[in-house]
Amino acid sequence: MLSYADAEPGAELESRQYYATRLDLVKYAGASGDFNVIHWNERLAKSVGLPDVIAHGMFTMAQAGRYVTELADGDPGAVLEFSVRFSAMVVVPDDDKGAMIEVSGTIAEKLDSNRVAVNITARSGGAKVLTRARAVVRLT
Amino acid sequence: MAVNWGDYVGRTFAPTEPYEVSRTKIAEFATAIGEPSPLCHDPEAARQAGYPDVIAPPTFAIVIAITSSAQVTHDSGLGLNYARVVHGEQSFEHARPLHAGDWVVARSTIEDIKELGRHLMMTTRTDITTVDGEHVCTARGTLVERGE
Repeated sequence: MLSYADAEPGAELESRQYYATRLDLVKYAGASGDFNVIHWNERLAKSVGLPDVIAHGMFTMAQAGRYVTELADGDPGAVLEFSVRFSAMVVVPDDDKGAMIEVSGTIAEKLDSNRVAVNITARSGGAKVLTRARAVVRLT
Repeated sequence: MAVNWGDYVGRTFAPTEPYEVSRTKIAEFATAIGEPSPLCHDPEAARQAGYPDVIAPPTFAIVIAITSSAQVTHDSGLGLNYARVVHGEQSFEHARPLHAGDWVVARSTIEDIKELGRHLMMTTRTDITTVDGEHVCTARGTLVERGE
């Protein structure tokens, strides 16, 4: 958790690790309604030139959303703006551990009304999977 | 491809049927993404935090936006090959969080279509409002159809 008073522009925030397994993607497909075959069918994913099944970009964004929600003391309603660019795919192997997504953040700017802008980075498999990711969060 | 992309830019699609944001769907979505916040799972915790009912995680609006933007990806005559479509960018601007009990409609507009090398990039804005007309969220997504 981060308080507005303590938020210093430029300060780096502790990173967090999240995991995406094949089961997570199946659950996410059902919960979100995005049943694109590339997120659960290895044969069809490879047939369109992908290395393997890949995570929904929105699953990865949701993990970054958990990260910023945690900064705001677990209040998802404090995340006012949230934008990302999906810069690489999160490749999810057919094993029990899945793909690790590491999310980190930097305080970009202090805004009025107890809001801060946070720049976020997410990495997986040695690549940046989210770039230009930014959230505006209201802190207490 | 014979489609004239420029004809589609600026096109706004019909609003979706009213969608009821439910406790069950918020909990299902929060569980699927691993979000443990009690504000998504426990109505009493949400009320104590000042919300009318459980609230949705910040990316939940995609569930509603997807129904609306499906018109763009599937029904528009654009002929996108969905297996070749990946997500390029996404943003959400929330006027307030969606909460259980909200009845909302979504309306999508194609903001931009461009060809980048072999790829086709399409940006769609989806405005989510309550059935009473209160603006709740603007979601903006760029889909990329990867060239052969």
